[in-house]
Amino acid sequence: MSNQNSLAVDMQGITKRFPGVLANDNVDFQLKRGEIHALLGENGAGKSTLMKCLYGLYQADEGDIFIYGDKVKINTPNVAINKGIGMVHQHFMLVQPFTVAENIVLGSEPTKNNMIDMKKAIQDVEKLSEQYGLNVDPRAKIHEISVGMQQRVEILKTLYRGADILILDEPTAVLTPQEVHELIEIMESLTNEGKSIIFITHKLKEVKSIADRVTVIRRGKSIDVVDTADATTNELANMMVGREVILEVEKSAAEPGEVILEVENVHADNDRNLPALNGTSFQVKRGEIFGIAGVDGNGQSELAEVMTGLRKLKSGKIMINGKNITNYSTRDIIESGVSHIPEDRQKRGLVLDFSLFENMILGSHYKPPYASGVNMNYSSIKKESKRLIKEFDIRTPNEEVLAKSLSGGNQQKVILAREFNRNPELLIAAQPTRGVDVGAIEFIHKRLVEQRDAGKAVLLISLELDEILSLSDRIAVIYEGKIVDILDIKDATEEKLGLMMAGAESETVVEGGE
Amino acid sequence: MLNSMIALLNTTLRMATPLILAALGGVFTERSGVINIALEGIMLISAFMAMAGSYLTGNPWLGVLTAIIFGILVSLIHAILSISLKADQIVSGTAINIFATGLTAFLLRVMFESAGQSPSVTDVGTWTIPIINDIPIIGDVLGEQIPFVYIALILVAISYWVLFKTPFGLRIRAVGEHPAAADSVGINVIKTRYIAVLISGFFAGLAGASISIGLLDVFVENMTSGRGFIALAAMIFGRWTPQGALLAALLFGFADALQMLAQSIGLDFIPRQFLLMLPYVLTILALTGVIGSSEPPAASGEPYEKE
Ligand SMILES: Nc1ncnc2c1ncn2[C@@H]1O[C@H](COP(=O)(O)OP(=O)(O)OP(=O)(O)O)[C@@H](O)[C@H]1O
Ligand SMILES: [Mg+2]
Repeated sequence: MSNQNSLAVDMQGITKRFPGVLANDNVDFQLKRGEIHALLGENGAGKSTLMKCLYGLYQADEGDIFIYGDKVKINTPNVAINKGIGMVHQHFMLVQPFTVAENIVLGSEPTKNNMIDMKKAIQDVEKLSEQYGLNVDPRAKIHEISVGMQQRVEILKTLYRGADILILDEPTAVLTPQEVHELIEIMESLTNEGKSIIFITHKLKEVKSIADRVTVIRRGKSIDVVDTADATTNELANMMVGREVILEVEKSAAEPGEVILEVENVHADNDRNLPALNGTSFQVKRGEIFGIAGVDGNGQSELAEVMTGLRKLKSGKIMINGKNITNYSTRDIIESGVSHIPEDRQKRGLVLDFSLFENMILGSHYKPPYASGVNMNYSSIKKESKRLIKEFDIRTPNEEVLAKSLSGGNQQKVILAREFNRNPELLIAAQPTRGVDVGAIEFIHKRLVEQRDAGKAVLLISLELDEILSLSDRIAVIYEGKIVDILDIKDATEEKLGLMMAGAESETVVEGGE
Repeated sequence: MLNSMIALLNTTLRMATPLILAALGGVFTERSGVINIALEGIMLISAFMAMAGSYLTGNPWLGVLTAIIFGILVSLIHAILSISLKADQIVSGTAINIFATGLTAFLLRVMFESAGQSPSVTDVGTWTIPIINDIPIIGDVLGEQIPFVYIALILVAISYWVLFKTPFGLRIRAVGEHPAAADSVGINVIKTRYIAVLISGFFAGLAGASISIGLLDVFVENMTSGRGFIALAAMIFGRWTPQGALLAALLFGFADALQMLAQSIGLDFIPRQFLLMLPYVLTILALTGVIGSSEPPAASGEPYEKE
């Protein structure tokens, strides 16, 4: 830090092309020393690409990068690391069977007599973890710790390498509200230490609460830089999308019909063979959006899986339209009129190495018009894909590209397009807006309400209390694999739900309130 | 009875040695994410080159050196095909295996104008380990063996140390599990994989030499007869660790020795085919999780493409 330049990062005229896509078009970006700078933009706007250019994972086709005033050519992550840049990726970069400490020191291992000095590694990690209040166990294996913890490991990775410029690419997308709160505190303690942070998020509230300045990118171009204090969330949303965005959901009162889904006293185990669902029961009616609220890890994932045939029940019963579908195969459940937006788009939702058009019809691939007999009918598949890409505003050069080349939010839209397109009687939507931009959230919420108004049922599982409250007609709170209570939307408040999510019965909540 | 027990263990060690060496090679390459079924072919070529080196120079150790050099060279072909050109690793390995059979048969005819077998050459002989040799029973098993036995045992320890105690080993394993993560912390994925595959060539080279001028003193057409694949089985059964591969190779070597003993003393209550089957049966059981679970490195077989 010999140079006392006030700009930590200065990117000038960055242009980056992919086959058929201009991902960054002459973008300028400046990060001041010690600030938290939000990077805002629609899905596919080019945020991750710009940051990967800064971190040396991509090479910009044109443009210059200055770090603390010095012009640098960053062609590998090593150069970036040496310049004090660290990046936490949108999709984590952790080696699952390794321990936390091994992941953190990987590539910069402390050694003694040519051997990795694991003792020192663990001590260093403990010290850093303590310094920033991160609380990680250096000896735990990655697959044993929660997503929130994994993220802290990613942050520690950068700190261990002495980063003072941190790039956080959508760090909050996979976190629970509590974890988001903690992350924000961590970010504050980092800037207090003099570090500078680039923060990518789609959540405008977070931008307002923590960022000093915001750069807005739209379709590869930098549109504006504003002080956060000078813009409202609505203004930010409009800048991003380039039109008026309605952040509140508009819907009329529900007109519930007959029961379509019955879940009766379901028991099931999680991946570690521990009980995850302990007698879960509820009913969902036609014409309503039924929300499931809860703190992450209380059985939501397993619930979605048992209803879609991805996990076996130990006991209990699931009925759809009066038909018992308990432990049916996934295909039979889809045939019974169920669609599923899975919570983990890369694990359950997409075949990343398949093209878009193939991903668009998975699950209906054996039926006309996509197949006739044993033959796939590619011309009609592609035609339908083109239509869906337009309808769902998926930002892609064409329908032939591989799913993995899409931006995170656009991958999510591909799944949405496919699942809505099945025209399901019951739509199970788990974290449907995870990682998508405000414009897309508006669109998805509208589609969910339309689905309801058409007399179909929607089961919404979300960790976002805001989303649950704005969409649901009835809300069930899940705690330790059991439904604590079911509230009508008019009786539900954030505080009440919050208490119930921590395990309190609704009566005690009411009594406590009196 | 005691004598035949000792003979049995003695033979077990000898028969296990090529398997140990080749399996160590397998551990390095698969840990880095490259499947190398060419081990079989590399061993065969190296077995030939070891014989040829010894034949031409009269010095068996120069034969061993020749074998190692060719082992590394042939593995370089596999590395270029599968890492740089991103060819299917199984196809590349199979091609090398077929090539090896043809090449060695051809060279045998060119050099000796004879089909099937080379003349006998100077082998590496045996080593006697002073103190150990004087211990009863243990001395009879371990005291006097072909040098490759000792080399293999030492290399198991070194491999364990490299893979699990050094930065280089951690990086090899990272590259085999999650190459993008390794890349993002500045590790050169391509280079790391090349080195791992060349190391496997070194091991397969030694393994080949241990057959033609260690166990025997001639080259016989197709003399590896599937040992490269049994070594891969030992690597899987040993859960991709050097020490596990050692134990598995010893077990397979034991089956082999038992089969030979049974044949020589005319025991036939277990058909020898059953003993020969043992490595494969155990490996299938290991793979299906009947005997513990074994999971290959996550990125095994996947070429790395930097976006
Ligand atoms: N490796 C790649 N190959 C081809 N195209 C790519 C690649 N990476 C990104 N793109 C394209 O570049 C554009 C910008 O993608 P990028 O990932 O930067 O978007 P983003 O702003 O981070 O979006 P999101 O909010 O959805 O994560 C997209 O159109 C995407 O399809
Ligand atoms: Mg992104």
